[in-house]
Amino acid sequence: MDFLVFQYPMITVQACLDGILLGVLFALIAYGMALQWGVMNIINIAQGDLVILGGYIAYFMYLYGIHPAWGVIVAPVIMYFVGIAIYKLVINKVVDRDLFISILATFGISILFMQLMNFAFGADVVLANSGYGTTMLFDSNVVLPNSKIFSAFISILFAVCLVIYMKKSKLGRAIRATAQNARAAKILGVDTEKVYAATFGINAALCGVAGALISITFTIHPYMGLPYTIRSFMIVIVAGLGNLPGVAMSGMGLGVFEEFADYILGTEFRIGSVFLLLVLILVYRRFKLSRKREYLK
Amino acid sequence: MRLNKIILSFVSALVILFSTSVASFAKVVGDKIILGAAISLTGKYSSNGVHTQNGYNMAVDRINSMGGVKVGGKTYKFDIIYYDDESNPKRAAQLAERLISQDGVEFMLGPYSSGLTKAIAPVTEKYGVPMVEANGASRSLFTKGYKYLFAVLAPANLYLDVAIETAVELNGGKPVRIAQAFEQDAFSQDVRLGILDAAERTGSKIIIDDKLPKELNDMAATLVKVKQMKPDVLVVSGHTKGALTAIRQIAEMKVDVPMLAMTHCDAAKLSKQHGKNSQYALCASQWHKSLTYKDDFFKDGMTYAADFEKEFGYDPPYQSAESSAALLVFKDAFERANSFDQKKVRDALAATNMQTFYGNIKFAPGGQNVDKPMVLFQVMCDASGSCENKVVAPLKWASAKLIHPIPKWSDR
Repeated sequence: MDFLVFQYPMITVQACLDGILLGVLFALIAYGMALQWGVMNIINIAQGDLVILGGYIAYFMYLYGIHPAWGVIVAPVIMYFVGIAIYKLVINKVVDRDLFISILATFGISILFMQLMNFAFGADVVLANSGYGTTMLFDSNVVLPNSKIFSAFISILFAVCLVIYMKKSKLGRAIRATAQNARAAKILGVDTEKVYAATFGINAALCGVAGALISITFTIHPYMGLPYTIRSFMIVIVAGLGNLPGVAMSGMGLGVFEEFADYILGTEFRIGSVFLLLVLILVYRRFKLSRKREYLK
Repeated sequence: MRLNKIILSFVSALVILFSTSVASFAKVVGDKIILGAAISLTGKYSSNGVHTQNGYNMAVDRINSMGGVKVGGKTYKFDIIYYDDESNPKRAAQLAERLISQDGVEFMLGPYSSGLTKAIAPVTEKYGVPMVEANGASRSLFTKGYKYLFAVLAPANLYLDVAIETAVELNGGKPVRIAQAFEQDAFSQDVRLGILDAAERTGSKIIIDDKLPKELNDMAATLVKVKQMKPDVLVVSGHTKGALTAIRQIAEMKVDVPMLAMTHCDAAKLSKQHGKNSQYALCASQWHKSLTYKDDFFKDGMTYAADFEKEFGYDPPYQSAESSAALLVFKDAFERANSFDQKKVRDALAATNMQTFYGNIKFAPGGQNVDKPMVLFQVMCDASGSCENKVVAPLKWASAKLIHPIPKWSDR
């Protein structure tokens, strides 16, 4: 245990800022998960692996001399079609089934993706250098890599665009209608099959953006997907489905929580603390739900 | 008809029995000595697994083409049965079992990584199969009293203690303040123990002692602490991702520290992936091509590196060099034992005292190589931005002078 946070007050500022910048990125991934969970009732275990695949797209652009920041435009386009392909091959067969079956199916996709990426790209840890500098604050006691600021900015930009798209466009309305009541939407002429495919594609595209940003700010590796799945799952659990401001807030909250856990408990408990928080939240929600049920009785 | 069927199944049963019984005497078939190895060809260790396999293959080809192994007046050639352990310790142990009890292998080569070697060692020990391994450096491998395990490399706790000693020396013999961050795996934790020993020996103080998670890709928290507490040395070990993450974030956060010591720099291709940002990093290495050790097969490090590059198309990392050395050790032991009896070969291995292009090899009773010090190299870049690893310690092999302290980011 150490109490550096109190000894060096600037660490607190640093942790909050780092956490928020990181949390915005988590929120983007979580938003994709919330979308498909709400619309299709599918929990996508392969979410993190789609993120990593997006990261590899940016990395390969970087290898071929294109600035990896362009990855945030190219990766979502490619990933959209990857998403559609996954939907047509697997997801459309499990979409009306039990939640458990979809978890198993996406778990399988996750393992397949990990192995394929490992096979195709190798097991080396890689990263794409953006060459963005660093911003120093408070007499250079607080440092913010510009790549992190860039990634937070792009995440917010994409999230805002998506919200507007969902509100204004025809497909967006159809997606929202399907989420509310798939049967009624079908009766009223919405091609739910198409909506499902598009939803899955949009989710994959969001993962692509996030992946490109992660390759610029952190590192990527074929087996690094799962922590992103867990984090987005948790954010969605906390925020609830269809609650976008909630997703953004709980994303940032999780980011800050992780940073503080890192300083106070130690880096080794960083991911562990996320799991612990997840368990606590699930227990709490169950407790709350059971009380509600009694009340209804 | 029915009789025919019975005869047929009887004959096929015989054939199967016969073929398996042939296989179970497969250690030396005709003029071939068959070694077994479980290697990570897929999974998270696959890149280092391939380096290991390339090292083995290179040595097999070289020894075979230069006359093979002479035992009892007859010449034998090496051959290796490989299985893919999928970077999974359980699978590696199963495969070792299979190599020994089904394929009849009587001599083994090691897998990649300490974790997998730890999984295999109890199996080879149980069957009394001598194993020469080249990629398991964890100290815990050598304290279990294994009799059939021999490692050509220096144990993990020696990786970075040279760095601490050097830092103390440069500090005028006065103790230094150390910040360290290690992944939580067998290897990195052993490197950590080495640092703790070195700190105690020199009276140095450890002011930051972080453990990094396996899923590590962000060590900003550790670096913020380093920035605030200003240690004299920062030590990082977390395989390739630890090295890559550290360099990226140190450069991004402009962390100034007089000495930065790491492991896995060449496996992470630091200078290629990070260019000038990796400059001045000190890296522990089992081997470097500029070292002047010699043998009859590969001549010296430079020749080995050139031959390796010609065959596989890349500069050999130390993982390949040490793997090649493992076969030289086996050849030497077979010839001295002048027999394929496992006990005799084991005793010959234990008495090994030789020089290879990779370094001197002499085993302690625990099985680790005690005759080969670690080297430290420093990443040095020229004005054009191309970087090279230059050996800076121990002084005997230094090809460049250590740059210390590392210039501040504001002056670069």
